[in-house]
Amino acid sequence: MVEAEARYLAKLRDAARAPGAPPPRIAGRRGFLAAAAAGASLLPKIVHAKTPPGAVERAVPADPTKEQGALTNDDGGYGSRSQFETETRWRFGTPTRESSWTMTPLEHGMGIITPSGLHFERHHGGIATIDASRHSLVVHGMVEQPKKYSMADIRRFPSISRTMFIECSGNGLTEWSKPTLKTVQGTHGLTSTSEWTGVPLARLLKESGLKPGVKWVLAEGADAAVMTRSIPLEKCLDDAFIAYGQNGEAIRPEQGYPIRLVLPGWEGNTHIKWLRRLEVSDVPFMTREETSKYTDLMPNGMARQFTFVMEAKSVITFPSGEMRLPGPGFYELTGLAWSGRGKITRLEVSADGGKAWADAHLQSPLLPICHTRFRFPWFWDGTPALLQSRATDETGYVQPTLKQLVDVRGLNGPLGSVYHLNAIQSWAVAGDGRVTNVHV
Amino acid sequence: MFMCSRTGTLAIAAAFALGVAGCAAHRFAEAPQPAYSGGKLGFGSTPTSAELAHYFSYPADGRGLPQGSGTYAEGQRIYQAKCMACHGEKLEGTKIGDKLIGGRGTLVNNRPAKAPVKTVESYWPYATTLFDYVKRAMPFNAPGSLSHDEVYALTAYILGEANIVPMGAVMDPVTLPAVQMPNRNGFVSPDPRPDAP
Repeated sequence: MVEAEARYLAKLRDAARAPGAPPPRIAGRRGFLAAAAAGASLLPKIVHAKTPPGAVERAVPADPTKEQGALTNDDGGYGSRSQFETETRWRFGTPTRESSWTMTPLEHGMGIITPSGLHFERHHGGIATIDASRHSLVVHGMVEQPKKYSMADIRRFPSISRTMFIECSGNGLTEWSKPTLKTVQGTHGLTSTSEWTGVPLARLLKESGLKPGVKWVLAEGADAAVMTRSIPLEKCLDDAFIAYGQNGEAIRPEQGYPIRLVLPGWEGNTHIKWLRRLEVSDVPFMTREETSKYTDLMPNGMARQFTFVMEAKSVITFPSGEMRLPGPGFYELTGLAWSGRGKITRLEVSADGGKAWADAHLQSPLLPICHTRFRFPWFWDGTPALLQSRATDETGYVQPTLKQLVDVRGLNGPLGSVYHLNAIQSWAVAGDGRVTNVHV
Repeated sequence: MFMCSRTGTLAIAAAFALGVAGCAAHRFAEAPQPAYSGGKLGFGSTPTSAELAHYFSYPADGRGLPQGSGTYAEGQRIYQAKCMACHGEKLEGTKIGDKLIGGRGTLVNNRPAKAPVKTVESYWPYATTLFDYVKRAMPFNAPGSLSHDEVYALTAYILGEANIVPMGAVMDPVTLPAVQMPNRNGFVSPDPRPDAP
């Protein structure tokens, strides 16, 4: 997997050098012409391979106070980021790009919200392209009244917003037996936080009316995988919702546009994207994902099934793997903690591999089932250190060490119990300031 | 090495924690609630039976399985034409497609260097899942393109190669859910976590 990382980085470098790639233009035509009329120094340059995605490259004046800046709304009206900011999602090197995943660059994150364009992805059949005006959601099965909703119908229902994390249960799957990926993006980047807006699933079930004996609801996506998962009715009636909004706008295609299921605190795969159908039933459907894939095979040969909750976890994002501290002195350790069971109530950090712990500051807002930012003032004396963080959630659950997890779940090879790794992460800081992913 | 100073941030955290401890409500008590939680609103339409017929999902008891049937021999022909490129000549898998057979006896394992071999034969608890998945998502380059007879035939072929059903077996809505998969009793729920520490 380190090779996959290296291959990816090499490919990026090659792409940056590749000549003749068709340069997409971001600026709207009107702004472009106006800028041209106003003078060459204001002309927004076309985007080429070395301009970061989402940025517009512009000439940088020697002194921005001595000439007019870029024209208002010149980027077409959606906005763009600085051409000097480069963080992107990183795609894990799976054999196909249709069934693959990308990871959030947590080391560059600020606060608790993940920019929508950096939210991690896991696709099993590519990213479906769907026209919302032709999409519908069907509710049927053991209901009194089957229903079909247009997206306009869905948005008409009473809605809620919730800022919360979604984490793939495969987050960290490379890290069970030895430190493998080098950066926190690779070790922890399958978790992201957005504000999600949508309609409580309980409302839709109420509209249809449940027949006696209902225990499960199948959710199905409209992608090429026609992804399906069976969800216990209790969760559907509790806090599940059908999201159409993410961070104040329509959810992104790669997050399930126009609608996805959201199950707060549960593994990402259950948050069915491109949702098109809900089938109400008395039994689970035993779909491929909930039998052969998202199950946890223990060393005794028995597999745990329907392990939905994402348990409390945390990681220091600064400093983290592949960084280098320039020298002894003050650093603000910072990172994220989260729990699928509620709020983070305590976050401790250690600089000696878990012998001594000290409480870190938890930055408000402290939301349940949400990334929580922690910070800790640290004076590095220049000697080797082993940085760790340990989260406690409101149920009293304390994030375990990797050894504690492995003692219970074993190490059933690279394909056995790969999911739900929520162990304490260790970063070694060497005397020269280099930070590496280690197991202790 | 540590210098820990407490600020107002922690005081806020403590207040939040007390608020939680003070109520016995369960863990989702703080989920946002809609402003209206009254009676039915009546939005949406009634899907036609033709629209609903478009959808499928087959639980382990096989209810709803479509009419049709298929044999090992038919399945072999279809497999070679439409599946082999990804899943291999002997169903051994390739870089792109999962290995489909073999692996019995490998699930009990506690050595990180040795991978359990999870296949339809060794791991999948229900034959209905195989039918459901092939029908919905295979072949990878043309998902959802197989007829019901083709899916039954492929199921018969894969289960036959896995020595789960005899090569002469016919797969149909009655025989498929009756297939006893080797790892039928290999799954436990509910979730036993928290299990560590």
